[in-house]
Amino acid sequence: MNKKVLSLQEAIARFVHEGMSLVMGTALEALIPFSAGHEIIRQGRRHLTLIGPISDLLFDQLIGAGCIRKVAAAWIGNVMMGSGYNFRRAVETGVPHPLEVEDHSNFTIALALHAAALGVPYLPTKTALGSDLSVNHPGMKQIHCPFTEEKLLAVRAVQPDVAIVQVQRCDPYGNAHLWGNIGISVDAVRASKSVILVTEEIVSPEVIRSDPNRTLIPGFLVSAVVEEPWGAHPSPVQGYYNRDHRFYQDYHEETKTLEGFQKWLDRWVYGVETREAYLQRLGRDRLQDLKIQKGALSAPANFGY
Amino acid sequence: MDYTLSELMVTAAAREIKEGEVVFVGTRLPLLAFALAKKTHAPHAVGFFESGIIRDTPAQEVLYTMGDAPNILGALQCCSTLSLMGMMQKGLVDVGFIGGAEIDKYGNLNTSYIGGRPQAGAAPRGALTRLPGSGGACDIAALSHRLLIIMSHEKRRFKEKVDYITSPGYGAGGTWREEVGLPRGGPSAVITTKGILRFDPLTKEMYLASNHPGLPVEEILASTGWNLKVASDLKETPPPTQEELNIIRAYDPEGFWTGE
Repeated sequence: MNKKVLSLQEAIARFVHEGMSLVMGTALEALIPFSAGHEIIRQGRRHLTLIGPISDLLFDQLIGAGCIRKVAAAWIGNVMMGSGYNFRRAVETGVPHPLEVEDHSNFTIALALHAAALGVPYLPTKTALGSDLSVNHPGMKQIHCPFTEEKLLAVRAVQPDVAIVQVQRCDPYGNAHLWGNIGISVDAVRASKSVILVTEEIVSPEVIRSDPNRTLIPGFLVSAVVEEPWGAHPSPVQGYYNRDHRFYQDYHEETKTLEGFQKWLDRWVYGVETREAYLQRLGRDRLQDLKIQKGALSAPANFGY
Repeated sequence: MDYTLSELMVTAAAREIKEGEVVFVGTRLPLLAFALAKKTHAPHAVGFFESGIIRDTPAQEVLYTMGDAPNILGALQCCSTLSLMGMMQKGLVDVGFIGGAEIDKYGNLNTSYIGGRPQAGAAPRGALTRLPGSGGACDIAALSHRLLIIMSHEKRRFKEKVDYITSPGYGAGGTWREEVGLPRGGPSAVITTKGILRFDPLTKEMYLASNHPGLPVEEILASTGWNLKVASDLKETPPPTQEELNIIRAYDPEGFWTGE
């Protein structure tokens, strides 16, 4: 096994290229890889395709920054507040440029990644029958069950180029513990051609190997490991920090106009070279308030024999 | 007793959940209504949250999203989105609970495109509003045994026919769900800021079942974009009790969800 630790800048430069498809925000409203997304913006990547379930803020930011050609997701916006204005501007008026949208539901995108993870070209389901979602959709087709004749929807496998997944801890080889909100993370990792882990902390292999049931991502699927504390701010990371609700409210107010979003980008993305600088801008008091108030350790599981 | 229409709406929605039911809880207002149900008449109701969380006790704090840290602590199980969707597809979810942006007279919901769906790759023609999308709503509408919808009652939201069906209700009415291949389900109640609406068992058309206290039927009809039928046994929605209000307000002290 080889060590895969890279800086965020290196990881993005090496593994995220123009025109690629990325799956991010796999745990829905938690563990969103915001710092990775911001680095993608800073490095000026273009023509990317974003894949995800519910995306809370991150996809809206990348779309507004002009990085995205296409999005295949179940929900794009600001969960607490409603719409993502950049997403709306892109679809409604083609600003900063037209956006191709492939509509999904949480189940269809989960199935698409599951199919790829299983190595089959599609998976059948009963969801979205009768929904306009499944009409004229390049990744969905109505079929009949070969055994029972019943109507089914075939959901085509989606194999992203890169998965960027935020985890609580992993070892230098990419074996990762992930807990709390899991979402579609496990399938996203298995489906993708390469995987970047952004971790709150790098721990020893002994820590990881002490609990193999908690190892949801095995290192042999991982291309790069980036240690980036607070990498998911403003989204929550169980056991580390809570959601910064105010940040989402402020974003909603400040990005209503295009000019407002440009100012927001200058302040929180272009104006800060690294996540450390971003955290400094947030201020120590704010971070302190977000840190977990009370620990809640799980009961140990004895793997001895 | 003073309460906002939103508080009444949340209370009425919570009452639709029966004790012990498995509820797939959608994002935003359903989060609060489910918490209220669990703290009052349905303490053993089980909640599924689409990030993969199963809870049988209420979270200790108000949730702004289902992914908030308090929703994890004390959860029954944290598994995957696919696991919960799969269980729902199999028929294990009694009630689905979602919000809506636009609804039509057969309970179809639109949270995607108002003003038509643009052709792939082309710039939109005319006025178009892009809403955030389905999330899990389409799945919950398709696969739960019955669907509860909670939304504000305004004429621009209650249209004869939605521009785009994100989450299937009863389609064109009658036996539509069966015809398109849906295995079960359909909307059971629409709980709004003005009343509670249900669906005719045969035609599947929406009708007004109860009006909220102080909301005359004429106002509700005027707020609905088609000739809304009214139940012959129309009742008034029972107002919230002080206990229910206390729970809502303790849970949401800043009135984020229920402030007027």
